[in-house]
Amino acid sequence: MMPLINLPSIIIVNILLILGLANSESAYAKTNQIIDIAYLTQEQVVPPSLSNLDPFIKDKGVIGAELGIDDDNTTGKFIGQQFNLKRIVVPIDGNIIRVFDKEISKKFQYLVINLSASQAAQLVDLPAAKKMLLFDVGTIDDALRNEQCRSNVLHFLPSRAMRADALAQYMMKKRWTKWFLVVGSTQEDLLFANALKRSAKRFGLEIVAEKTWDHSYDKRRTAQSDVGVFTQLEDDYDVLVVADEQGQFGEYLDYRTWVPRPVIGTQGLVATAWHKTHEQWGAIQIQNRFKEKAHRWMEEQDYAAYLAVRAIGEATTRTKTNDLSKVKEYMLSDSFALQGYKGNPLSFRSWDGQLRQPILLAAPRSLVAVAPIEGFLHPKTELDTLGYDQPESLCKWNKE
Amino acid sequence: MKNKYLVFFLIMALNATVRAESVFVTLEKDNALAVIDPIAGKLIKTVPVGQRPRGIAISPDNRSLYIATSDENIIKILDVETLKEVGRLPSGEDPETFALNPAGDKLYVSNEDDSLVTVIDIAKKKVVKQITVGVEPEGIAVSPDNKWFVSASETTNMVHWIDTETNAIVENILVDPRPRAVKFTEDSQQLWVTSEMAGTLMILDVKTRQIIKTIKFQVTGLTADKIQPVGVVIDKDNNRGYVALGPANRVAVINAKTFEVEKVLLVGQRVWNLAFSPDQKRLYTTNGISNDVSIIDLENQVVTKSIGVGSYPWGVVVKP
Repeated sequence: MMPLINLPSIIIVNILLILGLANSESAYAKTNQIIDIAYLTQEQVVPPSLSNLDPFIKDKGVIGAELGIDDDNTTGKFIGQQFNLKRIVVPIDGNIIRVFDKEISKKFQYLVINLSASQAAQLVDLPAAKKMLLFDVGTIDDALRNEQCRSNVLHFLPSRAMRADALAQYMMKKRWTKWFLVVGSTQEDLLFANALKRSAKRFGLEIVAEKTWDHSYDKRRTAQSDVGVFTQLEDDYDVLVVADEQGQFGEYLDYRTWVPRPVIGTQGLVATAWHKTHEQWGAIQIQNRFKEKAHRWMEEQDYAAYLAVRAIGEATTRTKTNDLSKVKEYMLSDSFALQGYKGNPLSFRSWDGQLRQPILLAAPRSLVAVAPIEGFLHPKTELDTLGYDQPESLCKWNKE
Repeated sequence: MKNKYLVFFLIMALNATVRAESVFVTLEKDNALAVIDPIAGKLIKTVPVGQRPRGIAISPDNRSLYIATSDENIIKILDVETLKEVGRLPSGEDPETFALNPAGDKLYVSNEDDSLVTVIDIAKKKVVKQITVGVEPEGIAVSPDNKWFVSASETTNMVHWIDTETNAIVENILVDPRPRAVKFTEDSQQLWVTSEMAGTLMILDVKTRQIIKTIKFQVTGLTADKIQPVGVVIDKDNNRGYVALGPANRVAVINAKTFEVEKVLLVGQRVWNLAFSPDQKRLYTTNGISNDVSIIDLENQVVTKSIGVGSYPWGVVVKP
């Protein structure tokens, strides 16, 4: 059905014109407010991968932002608001701070950033950035939402702690209470392993063994053939929990463990903000609209960037203003409810700027569950059973 | 009304197997239509109707069923008695919900993927007009006096007021997030709109087309984000309205004069759409996750029965 190549844009323009003309002009309001949004990212080095199944996607995020702008403008045209997106991609060897100073500083109020945790941490403290509202759609770092939190930043992807809690809730439901934790050797893998340990403690689950996959287990053999040996343990376990964010070995674990046990974590059953298997709650509509635009599946960063741009749209439309402090106040208020195709209305945690949201637990071709898992209760919203709740938060942005 | 009963008795005479009242339910995942005898409390039969059936309506003469088979991009016309396909309407892409005008000669369809509303002439089986509305149009309704039809767009969060004579948008009203269902009162004075994400029901005055009242639903023991209003109906005398609260698994009973929520009734899981019995003494609900239909006795305001129907019951209509 969907053409794989782009239709000549002129045809699309013509169709739009015809549709436009078919309507009475009075349906649209005169533009009286322009809202400019900048999107900043950096080109990525193609990482090593285990297979050719998933091609490297270099524009993760930005197409989601563009879809968000389309949707914002559909509302905007009826009420006289126009939304513009400026896409800024810094080359691999470019300097983000310099680009920010030159192209963004003092020109924008709203900045969507799809950057690494260290780059984001650097950027948010620039004096010019302090006067803006930043929408982080690239990091999952817990520190950025705790000790290093900043009041000018909102985070759209679920943090590692939220993902680990989602997985832990599911494992509790399945009574997979004894974990074998396998951790990769990168800094990110250690962070996710820490999040998993926090969740295990939080939900009373037991880590019976922990091993590091260091890629030097036996140099004479392949990674695949190593798994059997690697997973021989003295103690029995219910589930192998893996922390391998870059996907350097995790895919080898399933079906190769010494005893038959499910794999969960960064491979096998994964916790994610968005997944191609997700169709419920109107998700199929946005999956279709995204695929039509991008000719690929929607990734987590696309979803996050879509929500960021939609949050700006929703807040400016409701408050009928472009005044940053009012828009921000509304976004963090109880009245703010963002539709995110995951059943629950989405809103921000006022204590750390994290978007509270359901987390999908997905196998490669099937959506297995959506966390919070039924039965995990919270006095305010069950969504806050995932990640750092207000009493646990280490974010002190009010005292900045 | 008398004519309707006459037709009904004629049909009864012709076909002895037809019961006194039939409830038709589209089954989104079974690609089928379920037929229920609500008096006996039984599923009579299930017939295949096409890919992903959702919206359903019955003609004013009760002879034809219209069913949107979303994945086939058409609306099928079924003979009520034989349940065989007798025609097709060009609905535009991905039809979901639609509404008939009071005369039963025009059909207004939401095309969710294309941000369009399609107006169809039923006799000619032709598209009369396509109107660009907001993103993901869903709820749609025609006023009983046939002056307005209204389309609600889920992602744009708007209600579009469209003149039935000109088929042009007259006004766009911003409403609470993710508006789902829209319904006019019988006297065409009010429009009731549900918001899934804000957990509210908004009452709009037709004269001014503005919101005059917003009701926020609450259910003891449930957090606010579980309360997601979807389907809405209002009785003929405008005494009470009923709102399906989605994953709250309840139907709210609203006093249509004072706008107070009088009661919430526990039904099946993820209650979605609602339909009255012809005498308005019962209410039928489709429960998407528990795969059943609940029957509410409105005189006593109690749920009397639930009937298993099949996967993902979606739309519901009743034939006297």
